Amino acid sequence: MLQLNQIYKVFNQGTPDEKLALKSLELTLEKGEFVTVIGSNGAGKSTLMNMISGKLIPDAGSVIIDGKDVSSVDEYVRSKMIGRVFQDPMAGTAPHMTIEENLAIAYGRTNKRGLRLGVTKSRRSFYKEKLETLHLGLENRMNAKVGMLSGGERQALSLLMATFTNPKILLLDEHTAALDPSRADLITKLTKEIVSQNNLTTLMVTHNMQQALDLGTSLIMMDKGQIIFEARGEEKQKLTVEKLLHEFQRIKGEKMLNDRAVLI
Amino acid sequence: MPTAIFSSFESGLIYAIMALGVYLTFRILDFPDLTVDGSFVTGAAVTAIMLVNGYSPIISTGAALLAGFAAGSITGLLHTKGKINPLLSGILMMIALYSINLRIMGKSNIPLFSESTIITSVKEIWSKTGLDSFLNKGMELLGLGNSVPSTWAIIFIMLVISLVIKFALSLFLKTEIGLAIRATGDNQSMVKSFSTNTDNMKVLGLSISNALVAFSGSLIAQYNGFSDIGMGIGMIVIGLASVIIGEAIFGAKTIARATLAVIGGAIVYRIVVALALQVQFLQTGDVKLITAAIVIGALIIPQIKDKQKEKSMKRKRLKELQMQQTLVKGAKEVATAKSNL
Ligand SMILES: Nc1ncnc2c1ncn2[C@@H]1O[C@H](COP(=O)(O)OP(=O)(O)O)[C@@H](O)[C@H]1O
Ligand SMILES: [Mg+2]
Repeated sequence: MLQLNQIYKVFNQGTPDEKLALKSLELTLEKGEFVTVIGSNGAGKSTLMNMISGKLIPDAGSVIIDGKDVSSVDEYVRSKMIGRVFQDPMAGTAPHMTIEENLAIAYGRTNKRGLRLGVTKSRRSFYKEKLETLHLGLENRMNAKVGMLSGGERQALSLLMATFTNPKILLLDEHTAALDPSRADLITKLTKEIVSQNNLTTLMVTHNMQQALDLGTSLIMMDKGQIIFEARGEEKQKLTVEKLLHEFQRIKGEKMLNDRAVLI
Repeated sequence: MPTAIFSSFESGLIYAIMALGVYLTFRILDFPDLTVDGSFVTGAAVTAIMLVNGYSPIISTGAALLAGFAAGSITGLLHTKGKINPLLSGILMMIALYSINLRIMGKSNIPLFSESTIITSVKEIWSKTGLDSFLNKGMELLGLGNSVPSTWAIIFIMLVISLVIKFALSLFLKTEIGLAIRATGDNQSMVKSFSTNTDNMKVLGLSISNALVAFSGSLIAQYNGFSDIGMGIGMIVIGLASVIIGEAIFGAKTIARATLAVIGGAIVYRIVVALALQVQFLQTGDVKLITAAIVIGALIIPQIKDKQKEKSMKRKRLKELQMQQTLVKGAKEVATAKSNL
């Protein structure tokens, strides 16, 4: 479903702030695979997500979605196939528009926009049905401005908006990180439900190792712009936080030795 | 004096169409578009030159709309494709239009007193209906017999036109494309992630806005009986004043409400200016200064109000806390007194 080949990305090239954010990155996702992504700050996780969504274009390498090379396809074109939820609950919705109007925008992701009304009677009942699946009572507040919702409610709505039109790929970038623990749990639970019900091919960044282990079918660990560890299927199910930390230390140690060898 | 109020209503309703255009860019797209000063004149210029050359009033007015649409789209392209900042894109287009408008007109002023215009046509048809004498009788009955206008035709037709545009605009902003335009002004990266070409939305919004502005310019030229190269100076500020006054007086909860408020704001603005000019000390040339003062006031007063509100809330909260403190103290004293017993 998704294939990344030899991706490179450099920021601020030719300046003292030059930063190699991704380096010869390779990743393949099968249809329906749910991959959790962990890694320290600045490892390049968000940059990886932005490569897939088209917000950033790779300096080298190719991005292939559903068999099509989309490496240089504009973000807004690519987003026909991609649903996204960001870390900031404010980022995924339009605050001065109502809940139903926001859903209408999301509905337009796969359906060409025209001069039809965004909210009709039949569409409204469709939106309502979808909102009910969140169990937050938002279906009774469809005319409320989204700016009036709490962070958790907004994030739940963002998640619904990103997924109810069945994207080929779902990208979640620390989408529970800005919420208090109980709301984060709610969004995690909803994520689990929605992804499995729709069998969505998903890439989820999280800073919470336990969450990365509990959710998903595969796990990858990133460091310094590379994927340094991958676990899929049964191997992933058997992982624990201790094993993961141990693995991280082992790889880091090896790397350090290699680096030193190069220096010598 | 009362006739001054009537002509304020008339011209207010025509300028309201321009203000609706400004509302679309300033409020909906969050794009302060200065093209307005130029495109308003473009509308007037196109209509004037066509009328003088014998085209029908309807076609001449329609052409103004198209010219404004084109001007707005160029501003939009300068910003989206040329990556020039919004203010500068508008200023560049405004300056360019000054020369273009002069070229269109061939001179700096075209009188239209002898041409048949939309306004004269409407007046002609209206006079056959005899509605004027009927309405004037009504006014007499209300004891306003000496404040009737020379004709009700213009108020009537302009009310119809501005309301039709208002309803069309608010309906358009509820369509799928309209929603995408609104979302572009509200949260651009979000609407991009839902597969909207935000560049196209901006260009479209600016085009529609300037089409309305040019339409308004065309009608003003026909209403005043001339087109003049300087008639657009400060138009953006007048538009802003109308939007801000309207929203402050009539509210802006929904799009339907806000668009109606903008029309109201445009009329109130004209009345305020007319009243201000009654003051001995002020001259016609002071209108722009008055307008700027109104906009500055409308922008600053809400800030001051907010600050005062915040302060008084803080004071209230502090009092509550102090009350609690003394209550707790009191309770403690009672408790110690009791234990002493
Ligand atoms: N737009 C940018 N300009 C310059 N440097 C950037 C930009 N985006 C990310 N970086 C740098 O690239 C590296 C990877 O960033 P990011 O992908 O956001 O990390 P993560 O999401 O894993 O914390 C960091 O060092 C960051 O400072
Ligand atoms: Mg990040």
